[in-house]
Amino acid sequence: MNTLVFVETSEGKVKKSSLEAVCYAKALGKVTAIALGPADAQELQSLGKYGAERVLHAADARLAQSVIQAYASVITQAMTAVNADVLILANSSLGTPVAAKVAIKTGASFASNVVELPDTAAGFVVKRSIYTGKAFSWMELKNSKKVIALKKNAAEVKETGGSATVENYSVSLTDADFNTKILSSEKATGEVLLPEAEIVVSGGRGMKGPEHWGILEELAKTLHAATGCSKPVSDIGWRPHHEHVGQTGVKVSPQLYIAVGISGAIQHLAGVNSSKCIVVINKDPEAPFFKAADYGIVGDAFDVVPKLTAAIKAAQ
Amino acid sequence: MKILVCISHVPDTTSKINFVENNSRFDTTGVQFIIGPYDDYALARAIEIKEAIPGTTVTVLNVGPADTEPTIRKALAIGADDAIRVNAEPTDSFFVASQIAAQASGYDLILMGRESIDYNSGVVHAMVGDLLGLPSVSPVMKLDLEGTTVKMTREIEGGKEQVEANLPLVAGCQEPIAEWKIPNMRGIMSARTKPLKVVEPVAVQVSAVVKKFELPAPKGAVKMIPAENVAELVTRLKTEAKVL
Repeated sequence: MNTLVFVETSEGKVKKSSLEAVCYAKALGKVTAIALGPADAQELQSLGKYGAERVLHAADARLAQSVIQAYASVITQAMTAVNADVLILANSSLGTPVAAKVAIKTGASFASNVVELPDTAAGFVVKRSIYTGKAFSWMELKNSKKVIALKKNAAEVKETGGSATVENYSVSLTDADFNTKILSSEKATGEVLLPEAEIVVSGGRGMKGPEHWGILEELAKTLHAATGCSKPVSDIGWRPHHEHVGQTGVKVSPQLYIAVGISGAIQHLAGVNSSKCIVVINKDPEAPFFKAADYGIVGDAFDVVPKLTAAIKAAQ
Repeated sequence: MKILVCISHVPDTTSKINFVENNSRFDTTGVQFIIGPYDDYALARAIEIKEAIPGTTVTVLNVGPADTEPTIRKALAIGADDAIRVNAEPTDSFFVASQIAAQASGYDLILMGRESIDYNSGVVHAMVGDLLGLPSVSPVMKLDLEGTTVKMTREIEGGKEQVEANLPLVAGCQEPIAEWKIPNMRGIMSARTKPLKVVEPVAVQVSAVVKKFELPAPKGAVKMIPAENVAELVTRLKTEAKVL
């Protein structure tokens, strides 16, 4: 099976979720990766270690901004050029809509939020996360071409020791590919991105105010974690909306989710229920979040969190 | 200005999810259905635009069987002028997008939620845009019209971007684009007589089929650790859970 993987970079580095996509593709067959816009050639070459044989780099200046329509056009062309049966990429604010458009343009079957390798015993059946993490569906993709957007942790990142050739890939773009214009963007830099993070430290109303976030940030820094928050916290403006974890916010699936002062409303749990391990710190022993946790501490956040940070530093 | 708002009919966010008939069908027992929360934001923004720009009409569209009609009536009660129901099960994104595209000609603005909270694909807006050759933007947190230009704020990982496109366009919405609207008594009364047109689906090649559903494995009991012994938590996270 020929696979094409769309690889995203962030601050010059290939995103971990894109490495997962390369490893997922490697398990299915021959892997060609494609990166769009400015990217470091050495960083792209390193995709060989994870299973890519070729890396196409479309460095066209018009792709410096991530315009979804233009990216979808280029990837559609690349699918034909490398005769790909399956396009694989990571779910993201860029990847998922690009995947959907490529599926329409190529007549491919589409699935997003895919959590495991497909079952190919009879047809091509993928397992998807549905009902905001509360259930799964097994969906058969019937068309000969397929487009799959992966949820985080769908595949383990493994180095297989290969090497890749990086080729310049020239593209043809039209005005219609730029029917949306990105005027500006603002993005937190130097921080661990919440959807990508291996560890997430989240705070709720139990933190009593935005001025108390320092102890959570300190814990997050110690763990190289991202910070998140509950819906009430972003609604009242203590933290920015892009940190809101839950049913109507960011859905995370880290290795470790630490919830501090969050009671655990079902809508919050929907955003975290695919975490591998959940730690809940709350002074209310009746907080419903404890029922969904792996480990719990009943205690005051302002006492427990600094002690936890110190204990982690001591153990490092 | 003609606005089309596409709404999903989904279980309330507090619903317990279960399946019946050998995990082949969603169990609706005791489940309350609502307008998709993201779609509700789209509808609220559409009503705001209708109130601001005279002559604007808002049509709601749902792809679903007859039991979604109470949900559609609620959208009419909130302030939409009329409704279309495409009489079919919303089986997958491509099918739903194809049905919307078949009804969407002549609208200036096609709004919907960023995703439905049942199947969570989050791509119907992108597919509708591509099927109709229109720009599509999602998830949109702010949407303002300046003549035929639409200025939008789109959320991205760790931040946001300002995006501009011309009408007609498709947008997937999320908070805080508008405040949810609650129907008042007059709205509820008038919704009963507003036109609700039922149309049959267009033929679409089946590209994806759900074989079965599955619930996650039940979680083990929580292990409580005394607050005065956080070092034990660190040890357990390292050696037992192996996540540090």
